[in-house]
Amino acid sequence: MYEFEYHRPGTVADASAAVKSAADGRILAGGMTLLPTLKQRLASPSDLVDLADIAELKGISVAGNEVVIGAMTRHAEVAASADVQSKIPALAQLASHIGDPQVRNRGTLGGSIANNDPAADYPAACLALAATIRTNEREISADDFFTGLFETALSDGEIVTAVSFPVPDKAAYMKFANPASRYALVGVFVAKTGGDVRVAVTGAGSDGVFRVSEMESALAGNFSADAIAGIAVPADGLNADIHASAEYRAHLIGVMARRAVQAAG
Amino acid sequence: MSETGIGAAVRRKEDRRFLTGRGTYVDDINRPNQTWAVIVRSPHAHARIKSIDTSAATAAPGVVAVFTGADMQVGGLPCGWQIHNKDGSPMLEPPHPPLVSDKVRHVGDQVAVVIAETRSQARDAAELVAVDYEMLPAVIDMREAIKGGSLVHDDVPNNTCYDWELGDKAATDEAFAKAAHVTKIDIVNNRLIPNAMEPRAALGEYDAASGDYTLYTTSQNPHVIRLLMGAFVLQIPEHKLRVYAPDVGGGFGSKIFHYAEEAIVTWSAGKLARPVKWVADRSESFQVDAHGRDHVTHAELALDKDGKFLGLKVSTLANMGAYLSTFASSVPTYLYATLLAGVYTTPAVYAEVRAVFTNTGPVDAYRGAGRPEASYLIERLVDRAARETGISQIDIRRRNFIPAEAFPYQTPVALQYDSGDYNATLDEALKRADFDGFAARKAEAAKRGKVRGIGFSTYVEACGIAPSAVAGALGARAGLYESAEIRVHPTGSVTVFTGSHSHGQGHETTFAQIVSEQLGIPFDNVDISHGDTSKVQFGMGTYGSRSLAVGGEAIIRACNKIIDKAKKIAAHVLEASEADIEFKDGQFTVAGTDKKMAFGDVALTAYVPHNFPHETLEPGLDETAFFDPLNFTFPAGCHICEVEVDPDTGVVEVANFTAVDDVGRVINPLIVEGQIHGGVAQGVGQALLEGCVYDADGQLLTGSYMDYCMPRADDLPSINAGTTTTLCKHNTLGVKGCGEVGAIGSPPAVINAVVDALSELGVTDVPMPATPQRVWQAIQAAKTAAAAE
Repeated sequence: MYEFEYHRPGTVADASAAVKSAADGRILAGGMTLLPTLKQRLASPSDLVDLADIAELKGISVAGNEVVIGAMTRHAEVAASADVQSKIPALAQLASHIGDPQVRNRGTLGGSIANNDPAADYPAACLALAATIRTNEREISADDFFTGLFETALSDGEIVTAVSFPVPDKAAYMKFANPASRYALVGVFVAKTGGDVRVAVTGAGSDGVFRVSEMESALAGNFSADAIAGIAVPADGLNADIHASAEYRAHLIGVMARRAVQAAG
Repeated sequence: MSETGIGAAVRRKEDRRFLTGRGTYVDDINRPNQTWAVIVRSPHAHARIKSIDTSAATAAPGVVAVFTGADMQVGGLPCGWQIHNKDGSPMLEPPHPPLVSDKVRHVGDQVAVVIAETRSQARDAAELVAVDYEMLPAVIDMREAIKGGSLVHDDVPNNTCYDWELGDKAATDEAFAKAAHVTKIDIVNNRLIPNAMEPRAALGEYDAASGDYTLYTTSQNPHVIRLLMGAFVLQIPEHKLRVYAPDVGGGFGSKIFHYAEEAIVTWSAGKLARPVKWVADRSESFQVDAHGRDHVTHAELALDKDGKFLGLKVSTLANMGAYLSTFASSVPTYLYATLLAGVYTTPAVYAEVRAVFTNTGPVDAYRGAGRPEASYLIERLVDRAARETGISQIDIRRRNFIPAEAFPYQTPVALQYDSGDYNATLDEALKRADFDGFAARKAEAAKRGKVRGIGFSTYVEACGIAPSAVAGALGARAGLYESAEIRVHPTGSVTVFTGSHSHGQGHETTFAQIVSEQLGIPFDNVDISHGDTSKVQFGMGTYGSRSLAVGGEAIIRACNKIIDKAKKIAAHVLEASEADIEFKDGQFTVAGTDKKMAFGDVALTAYVPHNFPHETLEPGLDETAFFDPLNFTFPAGCHICEVEVDPDTGVVEVANFTAVDDVGRVINPLIVEGQIHGGVAQGVGQALLEGCVYDADGQLLTGSYMDYCMPRADDLPSINAGTTTTLCKHNTLGVKGCGEVGAIGSPPAVINAVVDALSELGVTDVPMPATPQRVWQAIQAAKTAAAAE
């Protein structure tokens, strides 16, 4: 790890100001990606701005037909939340399968989506549930938020404060884990809200999380696994590595999508 | 049987220390005025070093010294076993300097060492060492390497270290000529990365007043390191060099070998007259701890019309990596081909092995070392032969087993098995595995959309390494005995100094059980000391499941010397003839009388010899024994695995695993079962999860746990482990060894189960590791082939 200046502000405004004024500042949420990167000397930010002391970023609330989760809420808190379990059980289930117990007790929702790892779980939930990402500057729809590999719509000094998830009628997430890292090799989140069905895929896309419109329209007409049994996702544009070829990932998207639809009921 | 004697399930006394964080590992040791070393490693698999500029690093804050290969002109790291080619010429042994000067030969190769006041300063400065490389083409695949296009070592043609053979080629050809059926297989034994929980570490120290060196190191055999480093690399005589391996957090073979870093810190400590410490980070462990396995083999089995094996032909390429590690050359030869008869009466066996250099990290012994490669080959071949001939998996084995009454049994590949009962282990395993219920379990799985399969492995291995005479005749450059000293203290407690080394095996418990039983003294009165060459007389260390069969026997023999001496003392005190003294349960008695003396009283008398006849009876009670075994030991067993495969995803779940092993007499069943569990976990890891992958340029793609898949608790079922027992014939305890059987027996059982499950889909082979992708691809390929027919 290289040396850096460490900041621990008490408000979002101070945090934003600290990042903006640094030569090469980075925001530290749970640190589940950033800290290993620093330890391996793969990054050398001038300043780290730790959000751990900012009370306004924590907690889960239900407002009307939405579940709002603060950006610094840990995965374990989302998994254990009675509100999340009753309103969007698929989201609680997703959170309960991120990483391992250590990761779930340190990692945060805001950190995960701001990092936008192409194999992370939360981006699929945000996209499929048509979530709204709230920042200190604005609100961004999930469709506009995830812009590419490790890329988001966030600007310099902009900090995710919370994510608002509309409560769906039905939803489920099926993850096929990388056997080694247990990140999503392929993860498919399916959500039905009224007549609208969204299918979001993480782990597979070479540009990060994406939606499968052909499956969405088929499921909007007939929300059953059979409705998408014949839909093959093309391997073009999918990731390939030692664990899974693009063809295997394409195949798994179909399997996981059908299983998610079955699980959603 | 006492609660702490031989056969008792005594809880490991060392565990309290480990579980409460009170172990002492090398990284826990810090010496006054200590410096830190960071190794500058090659980022390239193959490149010529044009120049090294250390000026910026030398000037960096806190830097004490920067050394390169030009500075460190010492001997090379030696290889301990000389193999001969088919034509009788010796293998090629290219130089293996601790710091390279001419070219780098694998990613992670040592180029320079930066020594600074703190580890961070050393790391910062290491980034400032500027090495100018001229890139050379990397040779990674063995099948390419033997064509000799690019040479890892300029003076090793075709990258071939040796081309060796074992067995009677003419007799084997003859057997094939009369075969009713020949089964063929092409098989890869996947390369593994050891991943001990504790990364390697080394701390060198030099006392300028005495001229004494000390090396604290993570080793399975500190005396061997003292010999190799002292005599071959640094020319420091034994009496000036102490090597101490304290608590060591797992080795699995990877901590047998003499590594460059040990020599670098010891040599640097002498140059600087300051302690120098190096601790591997996990990335270094992945790159430069010697890897295991890595064979590519074609084999053929000849059978008669009744399914009896007539002959076996094996041709193997074995990867050595870029340099010959300490015991690398012996692994694919005398620890592999000598086992190719397996548990079967195959009368003719011929094997040829080419050892190949590649631009990858060194490969050497890893849990099982050669025997897992042999058992995997034989048991996959037997499984396939059964499928091709229509004989059941059980029948084909029973028809070919060496019968229990045939021991001692001379195989056609050098070894003579002393004891075993292979039908008994198979029977016990079939019972424990509820083989009769398999069909119902398979039908039930099918209702859930899963295909279920069952796989067998009946293996034998050779451990308790080794008789020195045999090893020497086969090219070993060391003896393979073990030593023990029993030091009885004046009040009757005992310290045992053993040349074996415990790095997870539980010696402090098992050895204390043996001594407690042998001397009739309380378990808690026995302490086991190991790992420090300044305390322990000598030792060859722990590997090849040898601690109990060789080290334990040395302890028994030292105990017997103690008893003999104690009888003399008791005879003197009790005024009886030595021949009339009997020893039982810690009491010395005069036969036929009620005169007796407790062990503790004899001990006290030995050290308070007020009226000893000093011309015939020495004071003191302290004895040493060296034991050199007459033969290897031959544990054997039957592993039965049941898997369920999800045909939609290719995911394999191990549903049941039964391991019945004959490890000879069991001293501590708790420790034996733990060893079996650990070995099976590693075997399941090799079969389903673990695979070391380099890309075509020699970059290690599986350089972290993000990509190298270690088995986790939820990858394994509750293991059903049992034992059957035939005693080893050539040690007092009748023990055979249990450290490696789990890893030797299990991989073929797992893969045979996967093939069995997928056979209904037309699949005949799945490579290790059988990852979901590979299983899915095998299913797709079978579907495509079926559609084409």
